[in-house]
Amino acid sequence: MDWSGKGLIIGVRRHGESSVIVEVMTPERGRHLGLVRGGRSRKHAATLQPGNKVSLHWRARLEEHLGTFSIELIRARAADLIANRHGLYAAQLIFAHLRLLPERDPHKRLLGFAEEILDAEVDLIRRAQMLALFELALLDELGFGLDLSACALSGEESGLSHVSPKTGRAVTSKAAADYVDRLLSLPPFFKSTKTATIQDCLDGLRLTGHFLHMHVWSVRDIEPPPMRDQFITDLQHAL
Amino acid sequence: MNHTGGSEIEQLIQLLGRLPGLGPRSARRAVLHLIKRKDALMIPLASALQRAVEAVTICEQCGNVDTNSPCAICTDPRRQQNMMLIVVEDVSDLWALERAGVGPVRYHVLGGVLSPLDGVGPEDLAIDALIARAGEFAEIVLALNATVEGQTTAHYITDRIGGLDIKITRLAHGVPVGGELDYLDEGTLSQALKARTVLQNP
Repeated sequence: MDWSGKGLIIGVRRHGESSVIVEVMTPERGRHLGLVRGGRSRKHAATLQPGNKVSLHWRARLEEHLGTFSIELIRARAADLIANRHGLYAAQLIFAHLRLLPERDPHKRLLGFAEEILDAEVDLIRRAQMLALFELALLDELGFGLDLSACALSGEESGLSHVSPKTGRAVTSKAAADYVDRLLSLPPFFKSTKTATIQDCLDGLRLTGHFLHMHVWSVRDIEPPPMRDQFITDLQHAL
Repeated sequence: MNHTGGSEIEQLIQLLGRLPGLGPRSARRAVLHLIKRKDALMIPLASALQRAVEAVTICEQCGNVDTNSPCAICTDPRRQQNMMLIVVEDVSDLWALERAGVGPVRYHVLGGVLSPLDGVGPEDLAIDALIARAGEFAEIVLALNATVEGQTTAHYITDRIGGLDIKITRLAHGVPVGGELDYLDEGTLSQALKARTVLQNP
């Protein structure tokens, strides 16, 4: 069995004394792991960094085997990420989120979105906006998408301002009036291409964080990535 | 069934085979060598191991390994006058910096770096201990690996120490001594260019 393609490195784990297990996200085969023999050598160190785009050749005796990768660098992003604090935090958060996806299941939309965020030279607010949208798309791809198309009570499609923390369905400000303290705020940029404010980004991350916790982190008994909290703290300081 | 000379020898081969750089074959060679040089090598090695087991401890201040706690580095009066603390990932990094002769500085061993893939979070590292002693120093140098995980840890520590009035620096990234530009990766070259130093101003 073998295939060739391109991928984004999202994780590297030591294996034995000289090899590493590399985790990549590919457009056609999704999250895929493979062994790189001699991956801990100096020659490979700069290539096998999370964030780098690489050309891959995977080979194994059987499809279900871990297999081995031959890897060549296409684009070195890691060096630029290392120099940018928020870029690095965002990257680590994206890698942790991509790791929630099942193995060998393609998620082209998320991969494209992830690469867009990694390449973006933007400020903290715009990066936080992109991350919140990424988490919204992640929930959708994991099968827990929010229903933001119309009000759960009145059916109206405009004026949506809140989301039910139980059902994930949107409601209008009019319908939410009596329960507003029990609902989650829906930031306008989730429904349009509007530029976000810091408060919008915080609302967006709170909303996605709530549903990620409910459907993913608590169910799988895992902690949210620490970089997410740091990102939110930085946003709160910028308020 | 293969016979290698008794259960004691088998056990010794198995234990040595677990050491870094040794596999079952090289462990077998090492054991044979030890047996052949029992008086000159095996007995002194066994007693050295026994003494190390009894004496070696982890320094309660910096996380270094030594026979005393606090370790010889932490109790060195010359180092105590120096207000620089170097933060490293592992004891092997501390030894590397000592070999490089960086001067009379003190260290703090984190015990790893943040690694979501390996399940290493902030609570698994000696970050709280670092914050507790950071106030004693004028400068903290984050000598962590130039990897995504190493530098994420460096930024995270900077955020955590951020409230204290301390200079925080990190090691430079760039062309290694003896490095030829043609053979360097693009990332290192781009970092080296960004961190260039002035030789002459107009």
